[in-house]
Amino acid sequence: MPMSEAAVALRPRSRAGRQGESLAGLLLTLPASLSYIVLLLAPTLAAVLLAFTDYELGAPSIRWIGLENFAELAEDRGFQVSLRNTLVYVGIVAPASIAGALALALLIESLTRGRALFRAVFFLPVVSLPVAMATAWQYLLHPTIGPVNALLRDIGIAGPAWLTSSDTVLLSLAFIGIWEAIGFNLVLFLAGLTAIPRELHHAAEVDGVKSTWERFRLVTWPLLGPTTLFVVTITLIRSVRTFDSVAVLTQGGPNRASEVLLYTIYTEGFTFFRLGYSAAITLVFLVIVLALMLLQTRVLDKRVHYG
Amino acid sequence: MAGITIQAVTKRFGSVTALAGVSLDVQPGEFVALVGPSGCGKTTLMRVVAGIERADSGRILIAGRDVTDRRAAERDVAMVFQSYALYPHLTVAQNIAVPLLMRRLTTAQRLPLLGALWPGSRAARRAIRQDAAQAAAALGLGTMLDRRPAQLSGGQRQRVALARAIVRSPKAFLMDEPLSNLDAALRVQTRREIVDIHRRVGAATLYVTHDQAEALTMADRVAVMLGGEILQVDSPDRIYAEPQDLRVATFIGSPRINTLPVEARADGALTLDGEALGLGTPAEGALTLALRPEDLRADPSGPIQAVAEQVEFLGESLLLHGRLARAETPVTLRLPPGSRVPQGAFRVAFAPERALLFDAAGRRAPLRQAAHADV
Amino acid sequence: MADGRANPWPEAARLLVLGALGLLFLMPYLWMVSASLKPLDEIFRASLNLIPEGGGTLRNYARVLAEVPVLQYLWNGVVVCGGILFFQLLFAVPAGYAIAKLDFPGRDWMFGAVMLGLLVPYHVPALPLYVAFSWIGWLNTFAALIVPSVISVFAIFLFRQFFKALPDELIHAARIDGMNELSIVWRVILPNALPAATAFAIFSVVAHWNDLFWPLIAVTGHDRATPALAILYYRSEEAGDDFGALMAASAIMTAPLVLAFLVAQRRFVEGIATTGLKG
Repeated sequence: MPMSEAAVALRPRSRAGRQGESLAGLLLTLPASLSYIVLLLAPTLAAVLLAFTDYELGAPSIRWIGLENFAELAEDRGFQVSLRNTLVYVGIVAPASIAGALALALLIESLTRGRALFRAVFFLPVVSLPVAMATAWQYLLHPTIGPVNALLRDIGIAGPAWLTSSDTVLLSLAFIGIWEAIGFNLVLFLAGLTAIPRELHHAAEVDGVKSTWERFRLVTWPLLGPTTLFVVTITLIRSVRTFDSVAVLTQGGPNRASEVLLYTIYTEGFTFFRLGYSAAITLVFLVIVLALMLLQTRVLDKRVHYG
Repeated sequence: MAGITIQAVTKRFGSVTALAGVSLDVQPGEFVALVGPSGCGKTTLMRVVAGIERADSGRILIAGRDVTDRRAAERDVAMVFQSYALYPHLTVAQNIAVPLLMRRLTTAQRLPLLGALWPGSRAARRAIRQDAAQAAAALGLGTMLDRRPAQLSGGQRQRVALARAIVRSPKAFLMDEPLSNLDAALRVQTRREIVDIHRRVGAATLYVTHDQAEALTMADRVAVMLGGEILQVDSPDRIYAEPQDLRVATFIGSPRINTLPVEARADGALTLDGEALGLGTPAEGALTLALRPEDLRADPSGPIQAVAEQVEFLGESLLLHGRLARAETPVTLRLPPGSRVPQGAFRVAFAPERALLFDAAGRRAPLRQAAHADV
Repeated sequence: MADGRANPWPEAARLLVLGALGLLFLMPYLWMVSASLKPLDEIFRASLNLIPEGGGTLRNYARVLAEVPVLQYLWNGVVVCGGILFFQLLFAVPAGYAIAKLDFPGRDWMFGAVMLGLLVPYHVPALPLYVAFSWIGWLNTFAALIVPSVISVFAIFLFRQFFKALPDELIHAARIDGMNELSIVWRVILPNALPAATAFAIFSVVAHWNDLFWPLIAVTGHDRATPALAILYYRSEEAGDDFGALMAASAIMTAPLVLAFLVAQRRFVEGIATTGLKG
């Protein structure tokens, strides 16, 4: 094929070629675009709009009430408790599951054998049905027949009613949340650790770095930057979305002590059928998630990528 | 007291023997190039000397001190890695300063935040900054001190790696193929600079490369390594002209030395394809005659019959590629530019004093210039 | 000093610590299986024996299998996850390729929309979708469970990143060979998308098998219940008394994904890690 014709075939330069490419592009993205509009864009906009109405399922009419839902939210003690609980939950689960996963990752990565085994063990909760595992935890933490309290009884301590006492319920759920989240973060950290070039560790050693801590500071931690950032963002968002264990184990109780945002959204929308109100809470939820994402891209992203 | 002493070092990885009892001495101030094909064990040996790998047996001495059981941080070696291994989050100045920070500051003085306030820290850090700047200037990096590695070219990164290595005047200087990631033109220029740096630093330098030309041009002595063993250690001209092993002869020199299967008659005279070569030897068995392309010439009275196949024009010479007339053995001649290039069948003569003979085991065998053997 | 990295603790100590932590981590599983094999009175005695006395009983499993349409629920899970994955790939692979490699009007807007979509958790459109489904009578159907997840902006994003890394020469060579755009997608792109598709598939199946929020909203009654919902129903119907049976049911519903994971471990982990790192 003469040079000129070959060059033409690389990128359709002819109008017919370009039109063919455009058409192909539009056709290939058509199903995705349609479903995006129908299943994502429209409902999201509808949810945003709903937040400003008084819609209730089965109600004959729907009325625009502006910011009334949000005004009610500001006064709603139940919502405030839910928001506070969610933030406390995230405040416990996120740091603990991130730090814990990092520590585990460092330990596992330093082994010469058995890495895959330990990785599998800690990753198991990620692929396990949360509802089922929550039920297993309920048995474990049962005040009378559960093994945890049985063990405590054996050493003379009276264990609390972990999931039914308002003092300990959020803590217990947070503990379960850490258990569920660590494996996921662990895998991400392991991937990040193995991506650090071996020679960098060697260079540090030759440069005179003796203690593990200093090598961590000089090589591991800086190069783990992008991974850590991603893990932090993902963990924050996943823990804000906690729902399953609350829905299964405590239904927000006792006395709203374990009520979290998503559960409130659910009850307002589908137990009380106050869809407009629920939508307003969902909007607050969305704002929180967006804020977390913004934190990643604006504040930390640049500091963490070295080119 | 040698700069670097390697004594009978062995290293196995599972069932693979990477180093089979390797010994080598590098004198203080000497530049020794360790050369061999990929997988021959040279990088493993370098790592054992640096302290990054532990040998299964043998000893390593640096400046007379037995460091076999010491970790890399406690040996007084500096190393330049093939990938440069620069800390991507640190500036050029900070990269260069790391070895000094590690050696001159105490752990307390190195603490984050607090360390800078520790007594003695300010003065020490100032001295470190000056020394790092000096090392950087010596390598032409003075204007780039605040840049990060990602903002530098390959050649500049390599200089930073060099600066980091020389900044603390080490006793032993190790370089692991530092030029292999550079493009050809830069490589040639940087070779000279590295030799200059070596002279200035004055340490014992062990330089690993797979490029035999690099080894020949840069080193005081060349050590040829193959299959986990060092085959020969000699000055560049002796390695080139007097290889003691067939493998050394074929590895060193470009284009590759010609290896021609020859036989010894009962009277010791050597023949190739039945024709006498005017050489004799007491050795027996399957012998190989090795001749460098520049030691061959097209000559109608020569003893070797060949067929010409291809010509390569190199500018300063011509390479004539062909085969022996009665075997498939390839043969290459280097001819001066402007020579008349033979076509088809032609005869080859050689300088007998440049001929090398190797026995069936690849070892150097004695050669006599005679029609029959004067054994 | 095997690789020059001195560790303060010898490897044996580290193995011990990890082993202990690992064992603690596995407690829920161990106790779940243990309780599922114990008769009720033994459970209520709250002994600390993991191994059931007298070798244990399969009564709990028998009861669950008799009372609960286990296969039906598992099948529902398979249909839902499979259906979702099928459509997700069907829509996202071509779209991801088009956005990555083709030039067409609106392409950059589309990519922007994808990025925006990544920010919105699925709970936001869930409410209006529920209302809409309720109006058209789609509640309690497979459609309700599958349709909302059919659009996965994450999948489009992932495939776009993946295809962007695919060398252009591959497509140029196909064009020179005379293939039209559709053939290129079918013959060149799809086969090459397999690694990314596998990684995503694992991610998607795990996410949807385990999902509770949407099935809880979209489905009432047992016909179309997913495994997650099945456990929820069983709990309320058991009033939390027969822990043995409850544990057996939990074990049964959890087993498929866990077993799949144990068999194809590396795939799972790589899948999550690569989708994570690309995201």
